[in-house]
Amino acid sequence: MHPAFSVVFFTTATGAGYGLLALLGVLAGQGFVSPDFWLGLVSMGLALGLISAGLLSSAGHLGRPERAWRAFSQWRSSWLSREGVASVATFVPAGLFAVGWVFFGRTTGWVAVAGLLAAVGAVATVCTTGMIYASLKPIAQWHSRFTLPGYLIFSAMSGSVILNALLQGFAVGSKTMVAFSLLLTFFGWGWKLATWRHNDRLEIPTNANTATGLAGGTVRSLEWPHTEENYLLKEMGFRIARKHSAKLRRITQVLAFALPVLLLIAAFALPWPYAAVLSALATIAQFAGMLVERWLFFAEAKHTVTLYYGR
Amino acid sequence: MTCLPAHTDKKLGLVIDLDTCVGCQACVTACKEWNTGGYMAPLTDIDPYGGDADGVWFNRVHSYEHMTEMGGRTVNFPRSCLHCETPACVTVCPTGASYKRASDGIVLVDEDKCIGCKLCSWACPYGAREFDTDVGVMKKCTLCVDRIYNDNLAEEDRVPACVAACPTSARHFGDLGDPASAISQLVAERSGVDLMPELGYHPTNKYLPPRAHTPRAASVPAPRLEPVQAEGGFLGWVDRMLSH
Amino acid sequence: MNHGPLRGANSAPSQRSLADTRAPNEGDGVDTSPDVSDSIAKTTCYMCACRCGIEVHIKDGKVRYINGNKDHPVNRGVLCGKGSAGIMQHYSPARLKKPLLRTGPRGSGEFREIEWEEAFSIATERLSRIRRTDPKKLAFFTGRDQSQSLTGWWASQFGTPNFAAHGGFCSVNMAAGGLYTIGGSFWEFGEPDWDNTKYFMLFGVAEDHDSNPIKIGLGKLKARGAKVVSINPCRTGYNAIADDWIGIRPGTDGLFVFALIYELLKAGRVDLDYLLRYTNAHVLVIQEPNAADDGLFARDSGGNPLAWDRVAKAPVSATDSDAKPALTGNFQVDGRRCVPVFQLAAERYLQESYSPDAVAERCGVAADTIRRIAAELAHVAFEQAIELPVAWTDWAGRRHETIKGRPVSMHAMRGISAHSNGFHTCRAIHLLQVLLGTVDVPGGFRFKPPYPRSAPPGPKPAGKDVGPMTPLEGMPLGFVCGPDDLLVDDVGTPIRIDKAYSWDAPLAAHGLMHTVIRNAWAGDPYRIDTLMMFMSNMAWNSSMNTVETMAMLTDSDEAGNYKIPFIIYSDAYYSETVPFADLVLPDTTYLERHDCISLLDRPISHADGPGDAIRHPVVEPDRDVRPFQTVLIELGARLGLLGFVDDDGSAKYRDYADYIVNHERTPGVGPLAGWRGKDGTSIGRGEANPDQLQRYIDNGGFWHHDFADDQRYYKMANRSYLDFAEYMGFIPKAEPIVFQLYSEPMQRFRLAARGHGRVLPPEAERSRIETYMDPLPFWYTPFEEAAVDLEKYKLHALTQRPMHMYHSWGSQNAWLRQITSQNRLFVHSRTAAGLGLVDDDWVWIESINGRVKGQIKLVDGVNVDTVWTWNAIGKRRGSWGLKDDAAESNRGFLLNHIIGDQTSADANGKRYSNSDPVTGQAAWFDLRVRIVKCAAEEAGFTEPQFERFRQPPRFEPSPDKLSFGAEFRREREAAE
Repeated sequence: MHPAFSVVFFTTATGAGYGLLALLGVLAGQGFVSPDFWLGLVSMGLALGLISAGLLSSAGHLGRPERAWRAFSQWRSSWLSREGVASVATFVPAGLFAVGWVFFGRTTGWVAVAGLLAAVGAVATVCTTGMIYASLKPIAQWHSRFTLPGYLIFSAMSGSVILNALLQGFAVGSKTMVAFSLLLTFFGWGWKLATWRHNDRLEIPTNANTATGLAGGTVRSLEWPHTEENYLLKEMGFRIARKHSAKLRRITQVLAFALPVLLLIAAFALPWPYAAVLSALATIAQFAGMLVERWLFFAEAKHTVTLYYGR
Repeated sequence: MTCLPAHTDKKLGLVIDLDTCVGCQACVTACKEWNTGGYMAPLTDIDPYGGDADGVWFNRVHSYEHMTEMGGRTVNFPRSCLHCETPACVTVCPTGASYKRASDGIVLVDEDKCIGCKLCSWACPYGAREFDTDVGVMKKCTLCVDRIYNDNLAEEDRVPACVAACPTSARHFGDLGDPASAISQLVAERSGVDLMPELGYHPTNKYLPPRAHTPRAASVPAPRLEPVQAEGGFLGWVDRMLSH
Repeated sequence: MNHGPLRGANSAPSQRSLADTRAPNEGDGVDTSPDVSDSIAKTTCYMCACRCGIEVHIKDGKVRYINGNKDHPVNRGVLCGKGSAGIMQHYSPARLKKPLLRTGPRGSGEFREIEWEEAFSIATERLSRIRRTDPKKLAFFTGRDQSQSLTGWWASQFGTPNFAAHGGFCSVNMAAGGLYTIGGSFWEFGEPDWDNTKYFMLFGVAEDHDSNPIKIGLGKLKARGAKVVSINPCRTGYNAIADDWIGIRPGTDGLFVFALIYELLKAGRVDLDYLLRYTNAHVLVIQEPNAADDGLFARDSGGNPLAWDRVAKAPVSATDSDAKPALTGNFQVDGRRCVPVFQLAAERYLQESYSPDAVAERCGVAADTIRRIAAELAHVAFEQAIELPVAWTDWAGRRHETIKGRPVSMHAMRGISAHSNGFHTCRAIHLLQVLLGTVDVPGGFRFKPPYPRSAPPGPKPAGKDVGPMTPLEGMPLGFVCGPDDLLVDDVGTPIRIDKAYSWDAPLAAHGLMHTVIRNAWAGDPYRIDTLMMFMSNMAWNSSMNTVETMAMLTDSDEAGNYKIPFIIYSDAYYSETVPFADLVLPDTTYLERHDCISLLDRPISHADGPGDAIRHPVVEPDRDVRPFQTVLIELGARLGLLGFVDDDGSAKYRDYADYIVNHERTPGVGPLAGWRGKDGTSIGRGEANPDQLQRYIDNGGFWHHDFADDQRYYKMANRSYLDFAEYMGFIPKAEPIVFQLYSEPMQRFRLAARGHGRVLPPEAERSRIETYMDPLPFWYTPFEEAAVDLEKYKLHALTQRPMHMYHSWGSQNAWLRQITSQNRLFVHSRTAAGLGLVDDDWVWIESINGRVKGQIKLVDGVNVDTVWTWNAIGKRRGSWGLKDDAAESNRGFLLNHIIGDQTSADANGKRYSNSDPVTGQAAWFDLRVRIVKCAAEEAGFTEPQFERFRQPPRFEPSPDKLSFGAEFRREREAAE
């Protein structure tokens, strides 16, 4: 699949944003984070900013963005519609939660309830995003039991790493928070490795034989219906060389997981302000790494239409 | 509404005979010329005279080499929307632009509702949908919905443009939901197949497999030729044949 | 069902409209009955040479869409990939807009626009001078011309013998091979009996003639489960759907066919009765070596060929229907030894050198396969014979209660034709058909009227007496029957610029357009003044050796004058040849003109009856262009050519439409056969009918006559048919047409080579004439193969046009080019592996004539010693309205660059045209190549590359986007 930047950024940014929102909603509402104005402004601003930027980016991917409102109508069948509904619905508790925290300086009572609801909304939205991909049968790498948990785990992981950096930045961090984000990063790393391992060993029953209905033997593409690339090939015929893919996987591992792990371990061990600097660096590295991971998520996904083209 | 109808009155679709298709592209351009002025008009062509020519087409013909122990065959393979019974391209649509008609089973796009998210094209395993970057909406085969019921066309012309044009008669049209229809009987007789049945889309369109290298192949039960057993060899034989 | 009578090819129950076509009440707001068109014009397609009937739907003055005409005898409602893309051809941005006069150097593309009056006066002044001095200094060659009865007649009235269309580089071997053997040919002039044949063999056919009828026919065979066998090095298109694909080595089809004949003869599986009735198998051939009549037929005093009556034991007229002729034996007639033709044939084809085992390796076909095919042919022909319950009467008045048929049919075309041994190979295939008794019988190969004609047909080529202001005594093209008919002077020098009907190409029935530019450039046999061409891309894909051809077109002498002094060219599009013209006459598109598809030329008949058709303008030109034929008629009038002016010197015809209706070639016979006579009630003959075109238009653009049931088969000997053919003027007299297994005209050339006769070949030509003018078909190694180092050039190289572009003038258009805008060289995967090549590699394709660079694609469905590519995809930068980055001119390539237009020098140092020695057919497919992987920095683009043509005045850059059809939708939605 073509790794369009708009979609790569959208899923990465909203994943991180919803992860952060969910953690803030739960933790702040339950009193684990103090209702500090600046902390609230920055962290909720960042969460909602990531979410909004991501959603805007995805709207930029649309052919007719002015009709985007129509996407809320088909929630009964469409995960994309559900995502639209969930994402917009989540803005309501998230907004109340942010207002309560930032303007009323409280994270208890109705604000806590709003926080919890925002967290639920965030998780639900990430689930719908994951399900958009997980439900697509033509793409075996996505249509897998790894996809939905992956989205949730990566969302939680990047959210927690950002939250940790924010708390550290405001000097209200804790070893627990560092450890928590460290743990989630380890978990994410493991999940990604397991996903890759699974995808590399995929035995896909769909092949050129079933695609053409020609049973037995081999089916080799002789000539395409067109000699230049068309929409199908541009959108779904993306190919990535094995060597290139291996290199990007290594980069993903370093940036999204290994480096953040090292930095977070160091942050765990070192006092403030070193821990804050290291936590911030971990966030930046991981976000960059997750962009690469998401790019690969698309690039390594093989759509069945490519079978018709011998790709 | 992108929820699928529980039942369609008819299952209109195409049957494509891979044993007969010579890959002439007649159906391809016939489709293009009808539809570029039809329900989904236009089928925009970007850079039509340049190096990156890329147009919207509803029907494309591939060619393959199919090698089995029985031998090789070149197979020309037309590919278009299969008007599936359970088309995920419809259910993934967030706006209701994609839908399956309850009356005849045709899968259509209502352009006015399409936001151009392209998800339907991702959900189609067959590559049946093509995005019109100029108009910003998804387009696809309509099974010539604006021909098959068109009062302004002679009754005999109310068939999809690709079927009307096909010079080798490799394309067939009808109600695949009616087991008594001519097209259903053709499928039964020739053991028509679904494409990618394992994905569970239940395509309405069927493909008739090539007969060469199968027990259905045309064959001539000819005994080996033996030299004429006659004095004087062949010329002697000719002589005797004429004297009879 | 609710259907009336079913029309059209696609009318199987599974191809009809729904039983109930009322729109269901879906409630989705879809307009299922949009208004389609304001009017429908029925005319004839011209996207290729197939001449299908089309219905052009016009909406708001624009072409909405085009579909096939269900009533039309050629396509019966279907339409090919080209036909449906005609809209894009019609609206092409490459259309010429106005007459052009060259301002820059030739080949640059620098022109200025001029008015038609100036164009006419330039042309008239020039041609008039030529006509007053030496008319043959005008060489008039037309390309994909469907009006040769006009253009040839024009040349004849002008007085130049230098006329031909593109048949010489197309498929004259098929025409001549058939016409000299059975009086008809494959091509589009005959067809398999699709409804009755049970075994169909297809030799060397790609899309080719006859495009849609073959496809419709194959569909019928497939529906019936008849067996299809293809003999073709490439497993594409029709060959892909064959039940049996024989991937033969190029140029060896003749050997393969002879091996089949060997098997059939040996097993006695030939139709002796058929041979006796319809062929010259029993005719006695004089066997007196060194005599002046050796190898000619023994004749009686009346000149009738003789046979030997087995019962009377005496010579008898070969046409005596009561005789019992012998097919074998040695006989003395007037003291001279004679043997029947059949004996000569049997002796030749029973030689072991023609056995399956002997030819298998050379053909690349297993001997067992050849034996199996022969057995299958025999089985179907003789064990599965059919009879139609229709009584008919033969030429001799014998009544037959049924029509007997042998349901084996064959079709052959370019793959046979485009070799230097193609004429004899084509004859071999006809011989095979005749031995099986399957020509014009139920289930066999059938003639389309006006064929069959005598073998060869009557008129001989005119041009012996060329003089100022003198029309030729006949048409420039015809059929020679011996050396006396050649167009050579006393010392054997060709009279025609293309050397047709000379010792180089005695049976050149279509001329040799592919030699004109070289000969005119070299002044061999003489210099010309003006080269006038129509619709033929001679500076690109229609020439061999393109690079040198372009150089010859632009070469000048010491004085700085072009060696070909003046070039007039008519084309509708800015093709690669336009920039080489001095004067450009812009033609219309096929939807803007009148044309006639005439029985005098290449009609739309099918085997069950003759037909002809017209084109008429269905949209008005929006540019200052004129149909070439109308321009030619006006030019004829301005030059005062006989037949083009009335007695008072005024123009006889207003335009081509006027000519079509009012011209009479012989009294009562004109371009169109339908609705003749003042009241339009006659067919074939009759006075001109002023309403004739309207009658055609009312009938869908064509006329067709259906034969009675007893006229449909055995046309070569069918009394009822022959009488009809004589009435229609197809044949001069209602006499039977005798198939010529043994060709006496060819033997006459041989005798000349031995010094007998009045017209003798120069000494240096004698052994060539002796060898190739063999009266019985034989096989020889194609010339290039015989000349090159086969260790170095191991591979055969072929081209074919893709189906969606075949024979299509200006084949690329906005839609078709999206399907194919780059051609690959297809290489067998085993061959590639041996050369260390993988898919997508860029390679040099090298022949003795040069090299060209392209990208390869591995295949398995090709003869292992053969590579091939799609032809004419490569385009020169600056032509056809293409942008500079178009794949056609950057990655597409022409194999033409490396196909020599001449043979290697022979022992005398003479280089002949790279053609068949009998007919002059261009030997495109003799090419031998090797392929070499190119250096890394050379990959990704084709070579050779050529300078970009300048654009003519007022040519806008082609659009970046096409939204064709959006306007129809806007109109519809506005109307709602």
